[in-house]
Amino acid sequence: MPQIVCTNRLEGIGPCSPEAFEGDDLGSVLASASNKYPRLSSYLIDDQGNIRKHVAIFINGQMQDRHTVLQKHLNQEDEIHLLQALSGG
Amino acid sequence: MANRLFVASRKGLFCFEATASQWTLTGKSFLGEPVTAITQSASKQYLVAALNLGHFGVKLHRSSDQGQTWEEIDAPSYKGVHSDAQEDDPSLQLVWVLEYDADDTLWAGTLPGGLFKSTDHGSHWSLVESLWQDPLRKEWFGGGYDSPGIHSICFDPRNHEHVALAVSCGGVWISEDGGQHWQVKTKGMKASYMPPDQAENPATQDPHRMVQCAGNPDVLWVQHHCGIFLSEDRGESWRDIKASPSAFGFAVAVHPNKPGTAWFVPAQKDEKRYPVNYEFVVNKTEDYGKTFTTIRAGLPQEDSFDLVYRHALDVSSDGVILAMGSTTGNLWVSENGGDNWQNISNYLPPIYAVRFL
Repeated sequence: MPQIVCTNRLEGIGPCSPEAFEGDDLGSVLASASNKYPRLSSYLIDDQGNIRKHVAIFINGQMQDRHTVLQKHLNQEDEIHLLQALSGG
Repeated sequence: MANRLFVASRKGLFCFEATASQWTLTGKSFLGEPVTAITQSASKQYLVAALNLGHFGVKLHRSSDQGQTWEEIDAPSYKGVHSDAQEDDPSLQLVWVLEYDADDTLWAGTLPGGLFKSTDHGSHWSLVESLWQDPLRKEWFGGGYDSPGIHSICFDPRNHEHVALAVSCGGVWISEDGGQHWQVKTKGMKASYMPPDQAENPATQDPHRMVQCAGNPDVLWVQHHCGIFLSEDRGESWRDIKASPSAFGFAVAVHPNKPGTAWFVPAQKDEKRYPVNYEFVVNKTEDYGKTFTTIRAGLPQEDSFDLVYRHALDVSSDGVILAMGSTTGNLWVSENGGDNWQNISNYLPPIYAVRFL
């Protein structure tokens, strides 16, 4: 299963060390994670369903386009880092 | 006597309490986080605070133990609300003000301009569609932020169906039926930043802050971008009030029982936004703005760059104690109706709001 890791800034909101959740794209992985971390999605995704402007997402070390990353196909061994972009201050 | 003061700042929420004639910092919450608004339910059971986390969005927290602990609750949401213009669909950018009405319904004024209500202390929210769908709402524009926002929500104690809003930039809006229908009420206001033939356009007025006298709710005071305006007929008409050293500013407070008594914190208009001559003062009127007393006692009179934001001046429910906090992180309290001030702290983060709760 893909693993997600959150910035320490999200301690208590999401996993800060790698944790695996079912899904074949980030949207479905976050949906799976919501059972254990019910507030995580609202920190990453705004009320119109878009990745927040100052959230940075990396898959296997590669920064992703926030406009398309939710639908991007994931492999089972992928590791996704959910970080805060420096652009947000 | 008010004895508990909350200070919402760029780096957290602070609680000060009056003990033996001294105001002491007794509580700190959300350290490092910008706190933009705080309120308390009419029943006193809940405190609700709004945060703007920047990277991770706007969050609301609720406390049922007077601020000792907090639980995160859902923030107002624009999900399903679409823009009919050539722009992005609206998304919550800021909770600018939180107010409870007498029925314990919680109201939130937000950027980009939506008014929200909750009947369960913030667990669920609904957009006030009547205002959002008003054609004039689409003429609102940003004042201080990129998007317009609702920053003042006033309830008439005589009739809880009477609600008054102020919007930057969007004027003053009055509802007689609990928010089902709205009318914009700015007759007498003028916006000098608009082209001359648009200066009286209601939906482009920039009231920085509006307060209502609880003892005489027909009286509303507005600190406007272009001066001070007073209404004695619950918004039907407004008159321009002259004040020295400046009628520019953001904050206003009105005495809860004396409608002609109000306080302002003037600044040099309008790009400068620091005290005139670097002398930080409070302007107080006790005669509906005919005259003002400029109060300096206890306030810095040289090299001050303090600016008091629109929610950062408050008066206690008996009209005796006032508090104000500045963008420089200074906090002052007056225990005699604003005639003398004492500094409580010089070292706070930039202050967004102060509130006796």
